[in-house]
Amino acid sequence: MRPFQYARPDSLDHATQLTAPEDTMAIAGGTNLIDLMKLQVETPQELIDINRLTMGEIADTDDGGLRIGALATNTATAAHDRVRSDYPLLARAILAGATQQLRNKATTGGNLCQRTRCYYFTNIDQPCNKRDPGSGCGAIKGIARLHAILGTSNHCIATYPGDMAVAMAALDAQVLITREGEKERTVPVRDFHRLPGDTPEKDNVLEAGEIITGVTLPAPVEGKQIYRKVRERSSYAFALVSVAAVVAMTDGRISRANLAFGGIAHKPWHDPRLSELLVGETPSAAVFDKAADLLLEDAQGYGENDFKIPLTRRALAATLADATGVEL
Amino acid sequence: MKQDQPATDCKLDQMSQDLLGKPIARSEGLAKVTGTAPYAAEYPVDNCLEGVLVTAPFARGTVTDIDTQACLAMDGVVAVVEDERMTARAAQGTAGEAPVQQPRTVCYWGQPIALVVAETFEQARDAAKHLVISFDADDLDDVAFDPNAVDPENKESTSQGDLTRAMNEASSNVDARLTTSGHASAAMEPHAAIAEWDGSKLTVYASLQMLNYNIAELADAVDLEEDDVRLISRYVGGGFGSKLGISEETVAAAIAAMQLERPVRVVMSRQQVFQCIMRRSETTQRLRLASGDDGALTGFGHYALVSNLPGEEFAEPVLQSSQFLYAGENRLLEMDVARVHRMTAGSVRAPGEAVGMPALEVAMDMLAEEAGVDPVELRLRNIPENHPVEGTPFSSHKLAECLKQGAEAFNWDSGKRKPRHTKDGEWWIGTGMASAARVHNVSEAKARVTLKADGTAMVETDMTDIGTGTYTILGQVAGEMLGLPRDKVLVELGDTQFPRGSGSGGSWGAASVGSAVFVACQALRKKLAERAGVSEDELSLKDGAISGGTSLVDLLDGKDLAEEGHYEPGDIDEDFVAAGFGAYFAQVRVNRFTGETRVERMTGAFGFGRVLNEKTARSQCIGGMTWSIGVALTEALHFDPVDGHLVNCDLAEYHVPVHRDVPDLDVIMVEERDPAASPIQAKGIGELGMCGGAAAIANAIYNACGARVMDFPMTPDRVLAAMPYD
Amino acid sequence: MMKLEFIVPITINNTAHPLPDDPRTSLLDFLRRDCGLTGTKKGCDHGQCGACTVIVNGQRINSCLSLAVMHDGDSVTTIEGLGTPDAPSPMQKAFLEHDGFQCGYCTPGQICSATAMLQEIANNMPSDASESLDGPIKPTPEEIRERMSGNLCRCGAYANIIAAISEVAEGDAA
Repeated sequence: MRPFQYARPDSLDHATQLTAPEDTMAIAGGTNLIDLMKLQVETPQELIDINRLTMGEIADTDDGGLRIGALATNTATAAHDRVRSDYPLLARAILAGATQQLRNKATTGGNLCQRTRCYYFTNIDQPCNKRDPGSGCGAIKGIARLHAILGTSNHCIATYPGDMAVAMAALDAQVLITREGEKERTVPVRDFHRLPGDTPEKDNVLEAGEIITGVTLPAPVEGKQIYRKVRERSSYAFALVSVAAVVAMTDGRISRANLAFGGIAHKPWHDPRLSELLVGETPSAAVFDKAADLLLEDAQGYGENDFKIPLTRRALAATLADATGVEL
Repeated sequence: MKQDQPATDCKLDQMSQDLLGKPIARSEGLAKVTGTAPYAAEYPVDNCLEGVLVTAPFARGTVTDIDTQACLAMDGVVAVVEDERMTARAAQGTAGEAPVQQPRTVCYWGQPIALVVAETFEQARDAAKHLVISFDADDLDDVAFDPNAVDPENKESTSQGDLTRAMNEASSNVDARLTTSGHASAAMEPHAAIAEWDGSKLTVYASLQMLNYNIAELADAVDLEEDDVRLISRYVGGGFGSKLGISEETVAAAIAAMQLERPVRVVMSRQQVFQCIMRRSETTQRLRLASGDDGALTGFGHYALVSNLPGEEFAEPVLQSSQFLYAGENRLLEMDVARVHRMTAGSVRAPGEAVGMPALEVAMDMLAEEAGVDPVELRLRNIPENHPVEGTPFSSHKLAECLKQGAEAFNWDSGKRKPRHTKDGEWWIGTGMASAARVHNVSEAKARVTLKADGTAMVETDMTDIGTGTYTILGQVAGEMLGLPRDKVLVELGDTQFPRGSGSGGSWGAASVGSAVFVACQALRKKLAERAGVSEDELSLKDGAISGGTSLVDLLDGKDLAEEGHYEPGDIDEDFVAAGFGAYFAQVRVNRFTGETRVERMTGAFGFGRVLNEKTARSQCIGGMTWSIGVALTEALHFDPVDGHLVNCDLAEYHVPVHRDVPDLDVIMVEERDPAASPIQAKGIGELGMCGGAAAIANAIYNACGARVMDFPMTPDRVLAAMPYD
Repeated sequence: MMKLEFIVPITINNTAHPLPDDPRTSLLDFLRRDCGLTGTKKGCDHGQCGACTVIVNGQRINSCLSLAVMHDGDSVTTIEGLGTPDAPSPMQKAFLEHDGFQCGYCTPGQICSATAMLQEIANNMPSDASESLDGPIKPTPEEIRERMSGNLCRCGAYANIIAAISEVAEGDAA
């Protein structure tokens, strides 16, 4: 860990001032940032501790939704009464991630900014375009077990590792972002994370000096909410593939299918075409297969992660079967 | 004493304290559960500097220059130690001499090359990243990384009869290729040492399993006499083979302390532990089994390819128990070693059987199906009378009892077996079983037992307790022999100032050093008997007194009485094959959609000679069974194909089982005494628990869902790939 | 940039301690080195093993992934604060009785974790293993296993650890 200056702002405005310079980072729970600072993957010269700002509130919004403060811990969010009753998908996704110790520290904002677990990213003696632009990608010709099958580029095949944001993408949540002297801006979770393209160093659309203040969930909608996570251990492992689903049925036909996927792309993967394809259909194995065909039509494996293509197909079918009551 | 004959009449059975074998709680347990037991890095040492190792970011080549200037200019940095006595690899178990030194010659990615020493850990950790290394790395095309892509060396070969013919003529046969991934010990305590140098003597607190060998290894590495070195390892936070030999941080700390004349602490980061401590070799195995209609083996073939660095003697002894576990006249057992530039391959819990037995036992399951014989019955029919090649008798053999008792406890269904018989929602449910076998080892050991004038006893040896229960069982052996309750026996371990023990490894600790304590106690009893005016056979001691008579305190008459026990394995190992045996039964559920597997219940029945403490012995068994789950389902080292570095070098991505992976485990300890195994009739138990258990799980996966996976670990992707489509 | 003056100390096992000068110091290293509380263990230093688990303001966290300077005003309980060899806590006693450890290195983390975990169940906080997100949560073996999965034990004492925790949970319920 490089030496750094440690500071604590006394207001949100102050925080956005302090975090504006390059080489400055905000720290909340620290469960990802401190990990990466020890490895010198992250080397901020100034660390702005925003934990004492009052951004941990979880409150109803005027339109019947829920606003989750950026500093609300994962534990607090998953245990919140309305999250449990109206957004069980979010509670389930959070509870499927990490451990209680980590969730007690991890925050909404920090979790959104969680960086990839790519082995080449976390090893500073290996090439990685995300960590060190222009140095190459070690994973493409290396061990790509954890890696993406959709939306990759020649520069990066890393995945976004989290669970919470995958659920938020299915729930069509909005990220609230503020910067000094400007009005809060709103970015859909679905657009918050980026694809790597030729700038894989940028995980998301957050600019220097911007701070996430919270996430809003729209008013709850009808439908069954399911989070299915496939992993190598029964707990405490990142997703090989995960599926977040909000699926409703009307008169035997699918009337809503909001789906998002984890573990397969540089961002929580949301393909709006799936909803278009599924809504109005009578659920069946063949329909689920068609959805998987569409989802995976551009999927590309990198050897070690080829299995994610059939695994995603099967996880999707299982989730849709569960949601619609179809026996497979 | 040297054991040349079976110890059929064991004195321990004539004692009356009724302490040995009892499930008493660990004597050091209170210290461990309250956080007051000190591990290597935790000794309060004044004025201690902190060292952090710098490792090579390339696989093979030479460090041409180390530019220390920038590093030395950093806050708090005291020195950069780059001494050619520093070690480049850890020593193999029982080496007794320094491992490869001259760290500037690099043989694997992540090899330690220098040590940065600073006033604080934070300073040293940062400075280590700023040391400027110039190196001449060999062209990667010229460096071998893939064990399957090089011409291997033959390591061992046993042949009898004609296996090919037996295979051709068999009514049932199996010819199967299986692989196992590399494993890491991943002991929870990272390798750590604090070294102090007073100008003539070196004292090192370290985390080591075999001080009796480590002292010689360290002395050799730093050019000191053993008498000038003291090693202390009172508590070891897990070993599993990774701390058998002296490792890089201990030598580096010692050299730094001697150069800087200040104490130095070096703790490896978790990533460094993964990258430069012993790995278990991956294996590629071929099993050929031939049988008649009744399943009786006529041919037995086991081939294994393992790997190691050039120059390393050690080769994962995959075939060890295959030599004698099953009958079969026509036999061919061969092993090759591929030379590759990955970190040193060495002992990881149960070297050999940990991966050889799972492969063999999957093949046996396939043969059972092929021959239409119940898997338990197939094993029972193939237990040989004697060693199938050498003809040597077994010292004691409890495989049949383990199979029968395990099957009964598990409620094993011996009816016709067919995969995909039970579905529960998304899950297929099935059962499987496997045999366990592990060679029994013993080693020379010394221990001193002192009867104190106050009527208590003290046991002293440089033996370590790595979690196996040594503190507790040595006190039980001494207490039983001397007629003392357990709390009247103090056991002091892990200090080379004490007599040399056997070291803790190869499951030989309890039998070896337990026998040394036994021998010392016998000598003490002789003296006590003389004083009491009775023969030793008549001397009955209980609760600190001669039964119904004089107290020990009175007998001792104000003076301590000490004896050193010296146990040596004799020629008996030429007369008998000694091994632990067992059987596993597992029930799993496999997800129809995702291939995820969960072990629902598991039974292990084991015969390992005399049980010295029912509680700690059972714990050894459940520990081994838990490792079986890791071998079966989750654990795999992944190496980069381009530069050979270990990619998943942390506990997030090297998946040791977590709580949720492990169900309640049922353990049956089959009654056994093995007079030829050791004077106390005990055999090893630390490793037996994982020697085949992974196959029970693999066979249960097949029985559940029809996926005959041939590669361990059986991760969801592999299960899915092998699972028949619905 | 201003340097922070820490007026409020950190309280560890009911004793106030001044915070370290170097902001890089993790809470774990602060406990082990500056406070001499070596009962809290460093197993991975990256939040991947749970050996460093301590209880901060009632919640269990990985002390390796927290900076000491972030904790002024906080109250920390370590294994030494739960019980002593003379007066072990019920959880410590249960671990000893059920042999819920072997080498002992993960043990303080397991015990701190288990102690906080039972309170989480008492508060009806759901887990990944909970069948329902609302309603009372019972300390079933599966619930305990999931909730304890952040504490690795390489010796493989899991089955005994669950037995120890279950016994304490039953005692609490009675």
